[in-house]
Amino acid sequence: MRWIRQRLLRALGFAFALSPLVAGAQASAPATAPPAPTPAQASANPAQTAPSQVAPAPSTPVHAAPRFAVVIDAAHGGTDTGARLSDHLLEKDLVLNLSVRLRSTLSAHGIYVVTTRESDSTIPAQGRAEAANHVGAAACITLHATSSGNGVHLFTSSLTQIPMTRFLPWDTAQGAYADQSLRLSAELNSAMIHAEIPVTLGKTALQPLDSFTCPAVTAEVAPLHETGRMLQLSDQEYQDRLVAALAAAVEQWQRDWRLP
Amino acid sequence: MISRWQRILFWSLLVSSVLMAVVLLRMRERALDRLLAAAETMPLNPSAGRPAQTVTMMIANDMNGSLQAASQSMALPVDSNARAHVILQHLIVDYSRPGVNHPISANKGVNGIFFLTLPQDGGTMAIVDLSGSFVNAHPSGIEPETLTLLSMIGTLHANFPEITQVRFLVDGQPRDTLAGHADLTRVYLASDAPGVKHL
Repeated sequence: MRWIRQRLLRALGFAFALSPLVAGAQASAPATAPPAPTPAQASANPAQTAPSQVAPAPSTPVHAAPRFAVVIDAAHGGTDTGARLSDHLLEKDLVLNLSVRLRSTLSAHGIYVVTTRESDSTIPAQGRAEAANHVGAAACITLHATSSGNGVHLFTSSLTQIPMTRFLPWDTAQGAYADQSLRLSAELNSAMIHAEIPVTLGKTALQPLDSFTCPAVTAEVAPLHETGRMLQLSDQEYQDRLVAALAAAVEQWQRDWRLP
Repeated sequence: MISRWQRILFWSLLVSSVLMAVVLLRMRERALDRLLAAAETMPLNPSAGRPAQTVTMMIANDMNGSLQAASQSMALPVDSNARAHVILQHLIVDYSRPGVNHPISANKGVNGIFFLTLPQDGGTMAIVDLSGSFVNAHPSGIEPETLTLLSMIGTLHANFPEITQVRFLVDGQPRDTLAGHADLTRVYLASDAPGVKHL
C-alpha cells in the first residue's frame, strides 16, 4: 500500500513538472484548429480561455507553427476625435465600440486578438504600428468611419509589392505585404457581399497602415443605403451585421492565410 | 582704449544695419500685399470675349467610390496657372450644388495653382494651394477626402497632360491631412488619380 502511494505521488510530481511545457506548446500552437481546453486546463491557466490576453511565455523553446493572431486598430481616440458622424456620435467612439465587439466575437471563437486601444486615449500612429508589429499578426484591421458614402470602404496601402527582407523601412514596411493585404481585402469583400453590405475597394496612403508588417486593411464604415431605407452608423442592427461580417472574414482568413 | 573714430564707425554701421533691416521688412510687406492683391483680382470669370473651350472634369461619386469624366464648356484665361485655377474652382463649385454625390462646402476652394517644371524628367508639378476655409469645412473620412484629391489630380491631368505630380498646400503652408485622413504631406503622382474603383 505504501509502495503504491509513493508511485502515485511520483507520477503526480512528474505530471506537474511537465505542465508548463504543455501550456507553452498550446500558447504558440497555430489556431487553425484551436484545441479546446479541458476544464482542468482552463482552471489551471485562465489565459487559455481568454485568447485576447497575452499567453505565458514557454519556459523551454518550442518549435511550433506561427500562431494566428489578429490586430484590431480602432482609429483616432483621445484628442483626435476623427469625423463627427452625427450630433452625438464621434468617429473615435464608434470605431472603439466596433473594435471591442469584434474583439469579443473573435475571442469567443478562439482567435487570439490584440487591440491597439481599449479606451478613449490618444495613441500616435507610430505607437499603433509598434504594437501591431510586435505581435507578428496574420491580419491587421484598422477601423474608421465616415458619414459619406455607402456600406464599407476597404482600403489597402498604395505601396507596391517589394521583396521581403530582414529589415524594412519603417514608413513603407507594408510594401512587403502588399499582395497578402490585397488577398485579405478580397476576403473582407466577400464577407461583406455575403452580408449584403456594398463595398468600395481602393488604395490609399495612410499611417499607420503603411508601417504595418502584416497583411493589413483599413475598413471605413459608412451609412448603409438599402432599397427603401437608410441605416445610420448608430443603428444597432447595422453594427451587428458589420461585426458579424468582419468576424466571418477573419475566420475565413484563418483558413486561407497561409495558402500561396 | 577705443579711439573716437572707431566708436563713430561702430555706431554708424549699427544705425545703417537697423535702417536696412527696416527697409527690407517694409519691402517684404509691400511685396506680400502686391501678391495678395494680384490673387484677389485674378479673373476667375474670364471676359466674355474669349471663346469657350471644352474641359474635362473628373467627377467623384461617394456612393460607389468612382471618378467619372464629364465635359464642360467654359471660357478660360490664357495663362496656364490661371486656367488651372479656374477649372478647379469650377469643379469645387459643382460639388457645392444640391443633389451631388460628393457634397463639399461652397467655400473658396483654391487660393492658387502654380506649375513647376521638374528638372529630372521634364514633367510638370502642379502646386495646389487650398484655402483654409475649404479644408476646415471638408467632410472627414478616408473615402471623401481621397476622392476630393483624386478628383482634383485627375481633372488637372486631363486638361494639362504635362502634369505628372501634384502637391497640396493649405494657405501656403504644408498640412498633414485634408480633414484628418488623406495625406497632404506626400507628392501625388498624376497616375494615382484612377486609383479608386468600384467592384
